[in-house]
Amino acid sequence: MELRDDHPSLKQPTAAATAVPRSRPAGTLQRARRLQAWGLVLPTLAVLAAVAGWPLARTVFFSLTDARLSALGERRFVGLANYLGETGVLADPQWWASVGNTLLFTACSVTLETLLGLGVALLLNQRSRLRTALRAAVLVPWAIPTVVSAKMWSWMLHDPFGVINTFLVASGLVAEPLAWTADPGLSFVTIVLVDVWKTTPFMALLTLAALQMVPRDIYEAAQVDGVPPWRVFVHLTLPLIMPALQVAMVFRALDALRVFDVIYVMTANSRATRSMSVYVREQLIDFQKIGAGSAAATLLFLTIAVITLAWLMATRSRLRELE
Amino acid sequence: MMLAALRRLASLAVIAVSLFPLAYAISTSFKQGSDLFGGDFWPSRVVLSNYRSLFRDQPFGTNLLNSALVAGVVVALSLGLSLLSAWALGRVRFRGRQALLLSILGVSMLPHVAVLAGLFELVSALGLYDHLAAMMLSDLLFTLPFTVWVLTTFMRELPKELEEAALLDGAGVFTLVFRVFLPLLWPALVATGLLAFIGAWNEFLFALSFTLSSDERTVPVAIALISGSSSYELPWGNIMAASVIVTLPLIALVLAFQRYIVSGLTAGAVKG
Repeated sequence: MELRDDHPSLKQPTAAATAVPRSRPAGTLQRARRLQAWGLVLPTLAVLAAVAGWPLARTVFFSLTDARLSALGERRFVGLANYLGETGVLADPQWWASVGNTLLFTACSVTLETLLGLGVALLLNQRSRLRTALRAAVLVPWAIPTVVSAKMWSWMLHDPFGVINTFLVASGLVAEPLAWTADPGLSFVTIVLVDVWKTTPFMALLTLAALQMVPRDIYEAAQVDGVPPWRVFVHLTLPLIMPALQVAMVFRALDALRVFDVIYVMTANSRATRSMSVYVREQLIDFQKIGAGSAAATLLFLTIAVITLAWLMATRSRLRELE
Repeated sequence: MMLAALRRLASLAVIAVSLFPLAYAISTSFKQGSDLFGGDFWPSRVVLSNYRSLFRDQPFGTNLLNSALVAGVVVALSLGLSLLSAWALGRVRFRGRQALLLSILGVSMLPHVAVLAGLFELVSALGLYDHLAAMMLSDLLFTLPFTVWVLTTFMRELPKELEEAALLDGAGVFTLVFRVFLPLLWPALVATGLLAFIGAWNEFLFALSFTLSSDERTVPVAIALISGSSSYELPWGNIMAASVIVTLPLIALVLAFQRYIVSGLTAGAVKG
């Protein structure tokens, strides 16, 4: 995240320097430029303050009140009762179940997507007749809206008429159709697999970009020295793409921690798959409890903020070590 | 030789797994009645009734138009705003720039439910509840940080001689951004615009929470809420027909602009 400074050095005299009025020293020009820059960033900042900063502040504020959705205006200040009270979020076993689900979902899906994404990226990095078709094909799951992919898979995994159950029963792999989305023991696995299907292409494309930045002559040198391909991969390729892979994994993990669409559509309010985001929306909209829901939302925000900051610090200090 | 054969097999498997759900959705969308539950891939009789009833019994045409309007406005606003700020953030050195870039990146990490209550209040106060404008406003939460971030990285790469020449000719900053840089940034604009479009087109949580009437719904919400006579009897033929309709244009766009998309995605994550 190193930022380069390459503003034109206006102080240097050039052939056309006479075009700049002499009465205005370079410092004034620079100041005018900086003012202009602030002016141009301002609209973006105003919009972001309106749709991100202000609503976030309101959510934190609501979490300290007993506001309800039907009457947002009639609220009392209740301190930390929504967090620590007897009916507070931290005392709710459902909340902790959703925290567990979210963390497990993030760990499983990011691991699988990274490994499979790496595999697909390696296939894409190889010159072959199938490469063009492969790249086009993996873009398809990525382009499909999450709601649609959730519906497609719900239909394929339909109990008992879905194509996957039909196939499994016909081939004798299972005796009875599996209730993929209804069976609490199975629905979590189903959600992870559907997410992996949809998001592996994203990881594959990012990994491929990293692979393509590895200089070709490294491979040639290794080939000349007769190093076996898997050793080249483990000792040369992997360390070289690791930084980019880590960035992709962090982005993916931060995205997975707020998972909502796929779970809401496929398993609705099933306890076995409820994520933190699903829990928050249920409290806010379904139960109309703006206070408690906002408290849960604040906790989710803090979780993600802490992880982001920890990662930023870690990469910063590692960068400093390298220097 | 062995390795090459294995690679071929793996590639074919990945292609099959990637495409099968869409293919199955397409075949389902042409099935009717008991054909739906027969377990065969090909429909025994191809019918269009699933598509017809979508537009006749439901405002699906309106929903499609809603999605296109929301995504179009969101993309236009995001690109316009971020072009201006990308010049400032990418090419001018000023105090607080790093902090600004990091906070913009931070916004893109925000869990959307964390702003849901506050946005709901804002949307209601502005009188936008159950209007498309509610989504046009709230979708900026995730498209704007992304377009600013990517366009800034692209803007930074442009040669400074261009800018010097333009400034010496007495060009103002708007001329500089829109006349000099914009033509050079087309590939970046296409890539980021397309990704932002897909993001807004697919957005679900805000659209679900800020609309009430079926005429104001966007497509993802309409599809998620298609229901049958009972919760156990979902009209899968209709749902798959709707899924095919929203997915095919996206796939056509994505395949047509493959290269741009890959460059946009990587600029967003790896280069950053």
